Amino acid sequence: MSTPLERVQPSDPRTTPVSPQLALRVAVLGGIAMVMFAIIFFRLWFLQVLSGEQYVQQANANDVRPLPIPAPRGQIFDRTGQPIVSSRTTNAVQIVPSALPPAGAPRLAVYRRLGALLGMRAGHIEELVIAGRNAVKYAPVTIKTDAGPGVLTVLAERQNEFPGVVQEPVSIRAYPFGEMAAQVLGYVGQVSKGELKKRAFQGVKQGTVVGQEGLEYYYDRYLRGRQGVRRVEVNAAGYPTPSSLKAIQPLAGHSLRVTLDLGLQREGERALLEGIERARAGGKPATAGAFTAIDPSNGEVLAMGSYPTFNPNKFAKPLTQAEYNALKGATSSSGEEAPAPLTNRAANGTYPTGSTFKPITAMGALEGGVINPGEALGAGQCIHVSTQQFCNSGHAEYGALDLVNALRVSSDTYFFETGELANSHGNVIQETARKLGIGEQTGIDLPSEITGIVPDRRWREHENQLQRECEHKQHSKPCGIVAEIRPWSVGDNMHLAVGQGDLITSPLQMAVAYSTLANAYMHNGYGTVVTPHLGMEIDEAKGGLVQSLSFPPVRHVHLNYSDLSLVMEGIHDAASQPGGTSFEVWSGWDQAQHPVYGKTGTAQHGTLNSGFTEDQSWYMCYVGDRSQIGQQRPIVIAVTVEKGGFGAETAAPIARLMASQWFGKPKRFVAGSSKTL
Amino acid sequence: MSPLSPIKPTEEAPVSPPRVLQWPLDPLLTLAVLGLGIASVVTLGAATRDLVPGQPHYYVDRQAIYLLVGALFMLTLSRLDYARLRQWKNGIYALLMFTILAVLGLGHTARGSQRAISLPFFSFQASELGKVLLILALSAFVVDRARRLRERDTTVRVMLAALVPAMFVIAQPDLGSGMVYVMVGLTLLFVAGTSWKHLTGLLALGVISLTFVLVAAPAAGVHVLKPYQVARLTAFLHPTTNAQKEGYQQEESKIAIGAGQKTGRGSSANQTKLNFVPEDHTDFIFAAVGEQYGFLGAGLVLCLYALLIWRALRILVMAKDLFGSLVAGGVAAMLMFQVFVNVGMTIGIMPITGVTLPLMSYGGSSVITTLLAVGLLQSIYVQARASAALKGRVPLY
Repeated sequence: MSTPLERVQPSDPRTTPVSPQLALRVAVLGGIAMVMFAIIFFRLWFLQVLSGEQYVQQANANDVRPLPIPAPRGQIFDRTGQPIVSSRTTNAVQIVPSALPPAGAPRLAVYRRLGALLGMRAGHIEELVIAGRNAVKYAPVTIKTDAGPGVLTVLAERQNEFPGVVQEPVSIRAYPFGEMAAQVLGYVGQVSKGELKKRAFQGVKQGTVVGQEGLEYYYDRYLRGRQGVRRVEVNAAGYPTPSSLKAIQPLAGHSLRVTLDLGLQREGERALLEGIERARAGGKPATAGAFTAIDPSNGEVLAMGSYPTFNPNKFAKPLTQAEYNALKGATSSSGEEAPAPLTNRAANGTYPTGSTFKPITAMGALEGGVINPGEALGAGQCIHVSTQQFCNSGHAEYGALDLVNALRVSSDTYFFETGELANSHGNVIQETARKLGIGEQTGIDLPSEITGIVPDRRWREHENQLQRECEHKQHSKPCGIVAEIRPWSVGDNMHLAVGQGDLITSPLQMAVAYSTLANAYMHNGYGTVVTPHLGMEIDEAKGGLVQSLSFPPVRHVHLNYSDLSLVMEGIHDAASQPGGTSFEVWSGWDQAQHPVYGKTGTAQHGTLNSGFTEDQSWYMCYVGDRSQIGQQRPIVIAVTVEKGGFGAETAAPIARLMASQWFGKPKRFVAGSSKTL
Repeated sequence: MSPLSPIKPTEEAPVSPPRVLQWPLDPLLTLAVLGLGIASVVTLGAATRDLVPGQPHYYVDRQAIYLLVGALFMLTLSRLDYARLRQWKNGIYALLMFTILAVLGLGHTARGSQRAISLPFFSFQASELGKVLLILALSAFVVDRARRLRERDTTVRVMLAALVPAMFVIAQPDLGSGMVYVMVGLTLLFVAGTSWKHLTGLLALGVISLTFVLVAAPAAGVHVLKPYQVARLTAFLHPTTNAQKEGYQQEESKIAIGAGQKTGRGSSANQTKLNFVPEDHTDFIFAAVGEQYGFLGAGLVLCLYALLIWRALRILVMAKDLFGSLVAGGVAAMLMFQVFVNVGMTIGIMPITGVTLPLMSYGGSSVITTLLAVGLLQSIYVQARASAALKGRVPLY
């Protein structure tokens, strides 16, 4: 038998039971074990039971990361409900910073490969990643939006060559009409650090796309909606893992319906471009221009445009600094300042108006009792006041004319004389200009507009004072607030009377002033200074009305109806009677159905010292509507083309094209030959 | 029949062994091993589901196979008389040195360290198996010199026999196993009865050399340990100062365990599942246990270890001979050291040394080695019971 039991042989010295020494030492070992287990249990108790809550929070912070879900931005519709701004979904190439290979050569290699694929510099990609990671921790950084299907296929097929690079469907702002009304609509971009501090962006999270200009900015809090939160579980490498955490769905932005008329807007821009091209063909620089059309009865802006313009779609993708500078209108290498496409010249242009101001002068002079409308003034080529002489354009000789005819032919001598006479009556012209809406902000629903200047004695004093203070502070350095410190002169008033001198206004303010004249004329002298506006109503994304926007008039004015009638007759004659400055432009126009009250203007810039610059072409008109009551669509149109020549040759034909579009008439570009200012 | 014939157990005092003797294995020890094996598989099942894409059971399947193979080895060992192994001490020691050197020569490099030899099914970590080999060989040496334990020569020889393989293992580098070797050597001397004077001297020597290795030598520009090892060893002393580097793993492990709270996070145990705690299936598996099953689960696992260690110490006392006691003592030392250092490391009270958690950590070498060691304990238990029965003593648990 060889059972284990039998094979047992005592094989070492210990044959006795456990010795006391061994017992002691085993007890020591057991004691050590017990102490250690006690320590471990105590430590576990401390970690898991006493501080468990805190570690749960830390663990959650580790793996659950809130990522914003952008809210679909509200659409913008024109007055008839056609979408003019919407959003579209495209794929963006993004980088998950935490999933990139380690910093240094391997990561740079990924940047280089990606850069070669996307046509970007590796350094630029790196900058984007660093900036993005600082903006929103853990969120993927968008490198390129709308990269094109070819690139996306390469990325999808060769995923392992591009660790950390992902593609993500993103919604981007789309402007289907491209450059149309770009300055009015504005553009969008990620909210900047500075903007986050503004009240307008209260509650906006970093990385959100917000309106940066125009209506996109002004109505941003309606359009942007509320972003959702996707709670993503990520692993230690930062890659998202599938999880069942509930997301907070984003709230789509409201849509905005604006007063713009798509047809008129497009025609206005096309006509402006045509006018500019023709002016250029005629040898004029015609560098920039603007137009606006408003409804004189309520201030609804029917069209508003500015040239040069830009494509807001470009802002949907990251811009380079050079592209941005060009849009901002940075000085070009030749030293000449290029016109800035981002500027909305209709609301922010700072211009003298030339003769388009004359109806305002006339109104003021009549109201102030400075002139008698039947009295003939302005004989001769020039008016002489002390040593200065004030002449008609091209030294034309109109003879002494009454008010209506002076407006018809745009006699400068008549209005110089009026300005001279008015100077001794105080600020009658200035007060009327201000009453009608010049020299103050119109209150349009756009982020910025100019205030403008209607120069008078007090203004002059104020400027002188500033100049003196500045000179005192800066010693000999030029301040350039005013050319020379001198008191208000009669010459200043005479220049103002023809819309020159220190007058600064914008096409929009002029449109408001003409609207005031027009609606007062329609209502027996009781007019309103309208608040021009673009917003019409805010709707839910699905269509329900949220809020109608209302823009009450700035103020009510009362003009003497008989005086007003004479002024309106004068500018109606200018557009409809032989000899009128824009008579040729409106040839063939049905004045009976749509009477035109229009005034050309040719604003002169600069002085003889600063050299010759081409004159600025202006046209202001109110076109009445004698269709059936209830269907009337009167319109006030303001057009200006910088360095575009005489008002009749460039600006007025553009206005006619717009009016033709508005009233559905055949469109003809008819240049006038009037060489009046 | 000579009247002088010695005891005749079969006739005059027929052995009527109590029924418990029929147990072929130590029941409590087996229970602890079984419990830990199940705990390992269950924990790995949840923690490694997403580790190998498309193969959620990759680690569980393999660990189960390792456990089964190890269990077979354990059963086989338990049926053999461990005492025979004493005679083969030189061969065992030679095998130990050979495998360790072979790893240095042939081994493949995993994560910057050369610890294993790739076999067709399995990458063999010699330093793990070496633990058992060293326990056997050293125990045999000590038994041989049992009568000269008071001599300094014995102490020095035994410690050298432990230190030489330890140095080679540390050079692989596998600091954890090296420390186990040293610990086994010390414990064997302690159990065998080396004088307190010698033990105190060894302890002092240990403290001095540790200071030298961690502080003095790096300051002088000599790196006995690799700088990362020194950093890891000292990181637990100041975990928050370098939470991104050496302290990261430990900090994340503490978060995982703490987040387990009383009853665990179950399926949302993301700290370990999403790989915030690296190596959560091997060295840091206790973090996975703590996060998934909370204080309750971690406590249960610790109780199983306590049972295991208690049985090892109990078998030490029961052993029929000094060799058995020493082997049991060595195994107990190995288990105690690994459990305390590993668990201590996951809860932030011990440095990170790369010591596996016996039976729980994923890995064939570790699992099979531990089960071999348990097999030795079983054998000592069985032999002790048999011997005691032979002597008519009431067997003890």
